[in-house]
Amino acid sequence: MKKENKIGNGVRGVVAHIVLIILSFMCLFFFYILIINATRSHADLQKGFSALPGNSLIKNFKAVANDGTFPMVRGILNSLIVSSLCAAICTYFSSLTAYGLYVYDFKLRKAAFTFIMAILVMPTQVTALGFLRLITNMGMYDSLLPLIVPSIASPAVFYFMHSYLQSSLPISLVEAARIDGSKEFQTFNRIVLPIMKPAIAVQAIFTFVGSWNNYFVPALVIQSKNKMTVPILIATLRGADYMNFDMGKIYMMISVAILPIILVYLFLSRYIIAGVTLGGVKE
Amino acid sequence: MKKKKSITRAKWGYLFILPFFLCYFIFSFIPLLDTIRYSFYEYYRSGLKIVGPNFVGLKNYAGILGPDLFRYMGNTFILWILGFIPQIVIALVLAAWFSDSRLKIHGEGFFKVVIYLPNLIMASAFAMLFFTMFSTSGPINNLLMDFGIIKKKIDFMGSVGGTRTLICIMNFLMWFGNTSIMLMAAIMGISPDLFEAASIDGCNPLQAFFRITLPMIRPILSYTLIVSLIGGLQMFDVPQIFTNGQGNPDRTSYTLIMWLNNFLKAPDYGRAGALSVYLFIVSGILCFFVYQMMKDDDQDGSKKAAKKQKKLAKQLAKNA
Repeated sequence: MKKENKIGNGVRGVVAHIVLIILSFMCLFFFYILIINATRSHADLQKGFSALPGNSLIKNFKAVANDGTFPMVRGILNSLIVSSLCAAICTYFSSLTAYGLYVYDFKLRKAAFTFIMAILVMPTQVTALGFLRLITNMGMYDSLLPLIVPSIASPAVFYFMHSYLQSSLPISLVEAARIDGSKEFQTFNRIVLPIMKPAIAVQAIFTFVGSWNNYFVPALVIQSKNKMTVPILIATLRGADYMNFDMGKIYMMISVAILPIILVYLFLSRYIIAGVTLGGVKE
Repeated sequence: MKKKKSITRAKWGYLFILPFFLCYFIFSFIPLLDTIRYSFYEYYRSGLKIVGPNFVGLKNYAGILGPDLFRYMGNTFILWILGFIPQIVIALVLAAWFSDSRLKIHGEGFFKVVIYLPNLIMASAFAMLFFTMFSTSGPINNLLMDFGIIKKKIDFMGSVGGTRTLICIMNFLMWFGNTSIMLMAAIMGISPDLFEAASIDGCNPLQAFFRITLPMIRPILSYTLIVSLIGGLQMFDVPQIFTNGQGNPDRTSYTLIMWLNNFLKAPDYGRAGALSVYLFIVSGILCFFVYQMMKDDDQDGSKKAAKKQKKLAKQLAKNA
């Protein structure tokens, strides 16, 4: 009986490894081809498939960098500005809100918490029309500001921060700080924020990635070429009659949109995967 | 004295949560009201002429409630469910394997990193990549020809099945890793004693999975279902870029949000408003379910959750 079980587990183990290898292959195959093709020249690509890299990496990269129709470098810069600022203000204000609701007792505390939980997974698309008109009236149409400021109110990040505070900030610590004469705001900035660092790091990564990949709202708000973020440029590329373009350049463009995130991920993967478990809320 | 103190502190509470609520009020609540308001107006551009805004009552709602709406709703649902079923099945299997102590998976860390990777990829770039790769002159066709699997190049994007399948594969690849990791955490939360006891009683792995694992993680499964449904309702980036906003062939991969996007770009604010309100009602119902689940979770297992979070917090701190 025992032996039979062992064999059963052995078979299961083999099946599990085969399935995992197939799935991993599916996940990596497309990116592998992408990277290979980004190093090949247009003429080389026309000849057909190859699993080995070509020697046009630098040429393709230069072609992308110098293209005025699709200002990719500018796009990356815009995306970097938007995503970094989003990550910074989103995590800071979410922590602030979570702290306010966790530490202080006030009349509307429960109502405020209930409200945020109710809108936790509300799609932003349903208010896009009003949002678009609002920012037009405010004179923020075709600027990067409306892509950044609204991230102050991020229910999902708030929820993560609130859970984190519950598990890692004893109220007695706040009280001790008060006795030592620390002002409320000072307590938050000097004592609570450092304690929340791990949670902030995880959420900053997720917010950054989410904002980097965001397409729907930026595509509605941004008009001028020099303000476009990477996803809009990719969409413009798709919309262009691109079959006549240099294919090596196309692959390079997709690469520069995707690879920065993959690089960041490779360094922080352990961190990110630990964060997925708690931040189960998808936006 | 004591009471006075708590009153002064309450002020700080309001102050701390003010930015969030102010921001939400300005950028979400006012737009919502405005969206609802415009749904009652006729306000669109026809050529160079702007028509409206004129109050038309429920005309937009009635106008939208036609075959197009049901068709796009059907498309959205099909694209969602065909990605979701393989996603949840594979995720369950992987989660069970990863959390099975008797099954030693080599390179577990590597596999987790790889399967989560597509979740971080820009959906629009991923769709663009698929479009390029599966085009008639793309590498996939070349590869299949080289291996002699096909004789003639396949026009993947020319057929309904091909386009839909590719969109579903993208959605599947982007989400199965995320779901696996979430479900795995849920399975790890089940007391090992349960499995131990069952194993002593002669329970095989398959029985353990269906009789212990599945019932124990039902709450998180329903949570995953609802959240994925909300995500499916918002499906936009992948089909939009993949089909260049056309939903080709013959609008069979045209989703609700693509429709909304089209109204917003036209612009046709009246109908965009009416469609938004419909979507708002559906999302509101789904949000209510999520709210109920999160609330229950807090009441029943608050201690357990706190413990789990503490463990995770420690782990995060260590990584930092």
